[in-house]
Amino acid sequence: MIKRILSTSYLGILLVMLYAPILIIIIFSFTEAKVLGNWTGFSLKLYTSIFQGGIHHSLTSALYNTLIIGLIAAAASTVLGTIAAIGIYNLTPKSQKVMQMVNTIPILNPDIITAISLFLLFVSLSISQGYTTVILAHITFCTPYVVLSVLPRLRRMNPNLYEAALDLGATPFLAVRRILLPELKPGMISGFILAFTLSIDDFVVTLFTIGNEGLETLSTYIYADARRGGLTPELRPLSAIIFISVLVLLLVINQRAAKKKL
Amino acid sequence: MQQKVLTFLGRRRNWTIPYVLFLAFFVLVPMVLIVFYAFTNAEGAFTFANIQKFWIHPEAMNTFLYSVVVALITTFLCILIGYPAAYILSKMEARKAKLLVILFILPMWINFLIRTLATVALFDFFKIPLGKGALIFGMVYNFLPFMIYPIYNILQKTDQNLIEAAQDLGANPRQVFLKTVFPLSIPGITSGVIMVFMPVISTFAIAELLTINNIKLFGTTLQENIYNGTWNYGAALSLVMLLLIGITALLNGEGSSRAAEEGNLI
Repeated sequence: MIKRILSTSYLGILLVMLYAPILIIIIFSFTEAKVLGNWTGFSLKLYTSIFQGGIHHSLTSALYNTLIIGLIAAAASTVLGTIAAIGIYNLTPKSQKVMQMVNTIPILNPDIITAISLFLLFVSLSISQGYTTVILAHITFCTPYVVLSVLPRLRRMNPNLYEAALDLGATPFLAVRRILLPELKPGMISGFILAFTLSIDDFVVTLFTIGNEGLETLSTYIYADARRGGLTPELRPLSAIIFISVLVLLLVINQRAAKKKL
Repeated sequence: MQQKVLTFLGRRRNWTIPYVLFLAFFVLVPMVLIVFYAFTNAEGAFTFANIQKFWIHPEAMNTFLYSVVVALITTFLCILIGYPAAYILSKMEARKAKLLVILFILPMWINFLIRTLATVALFDFFKIPLGKGALIFGMVYNFLPFMIYPIYNILQKTDQNLIEAAQDLGANPRQVFLKTVFPLSIPGITSGVIMVFMPVISTFAIAELLTINNIKLFGTTLQENIYNGTWNYGAALSLVMLLLIGITALLNGEGSSRAAEEGNLI
């Protein structure tokens, strides 16, 4: 009994510590003060001002860029990663091992190495940096994760189904569409979500591949802000909204998964 | 002709080709470029000067060693704090544990720069001075979930029969843990170490924010060199990082690919 109380409170303390800074952001999103940590009375002004254009235009356009880049990069890496996973699954065991090893290189590389190496690539080829280079860079570090989430689905599925479809006269493309894709869908969806979150959370790779044409994503915007010494107050409600939506989404998914199992 | 293309595409192993080309161009070539830049000067002529500069120039070397120490301390603290948490989670009812694991991972969804700035605000609030202590705290705070998750994963998969066998053979709870549970969970710790150690060395921005620009880590040195246009020297420093990654990956062997697979957590 005592053991249980002790262990529960240990987890409790850790969670409180982990969430304290986030709580601070959420609490101080309800006040107008410029500096995080000053309380100047309850107000919803920051929440309304995110959705107004004008002064905070640069913040909204950074948010917009982040979402667009995230969606394109996630979609592209899902397609590329799924095709690659199907290919890898059909290789000989030896080549499969090699491919899986190569696939982990981008994951094991710290983001600054990925960032610098891609920066050098774009500079050497004198490709001007901007939207395209950021998206390409994001596809580079997202695709391995898609491969990793699709491959287990392939391993779990009955390999004879696809052959059976072919024997029954389906063209390979029909067989892929009707047999393979439905089986792979859950892996593709989790790969897509993972790629999207990796993309919107990325800072280092984006910073090195975004160029200096004034393009900003949320994270480079925050970085520039932090270097100037302050945080645009509107970032508080924005983070609060993002956090609460992800929390709700995850709890719903978890509940649904639990129900399915029962 | 069309038939040939169709048979080529019909062989599903050929579907690997686009990804292989992509990896070659966006992963392999860029890494070769790091090596190329590291061994050339601004005019493109071969030189060892950049590497030498790292050995001779105390500033970069000191930052590097300092970062390794910070990363070691952070990794150690993450194991010390994270292992009991993972152990407790693995003993819980599966549904409850799953929910709690999600709660541990969730903070990752807030941009880490904002989280770090909020940590700074928290320290200010409690009048805790910013500096070395704050830096370590911030690092542990940022990377703890990456340690808890893989350890939890492996503990939860531990074969219960082995534990029961140990008990049947007369081991007391302490012995069961030290001789059975802990050794079986080492691969989880290895995965965690890979996911904490290297990233800490290469972070930049976190250290500056938590120490009011007093301490910088190796990641910042890399970034500054690229930003100031000294690409060749920056590439040489990156090469040092790459070698370090290579060594840790080799030392861990299988562990590295497992770590990569568990990178799925975010």
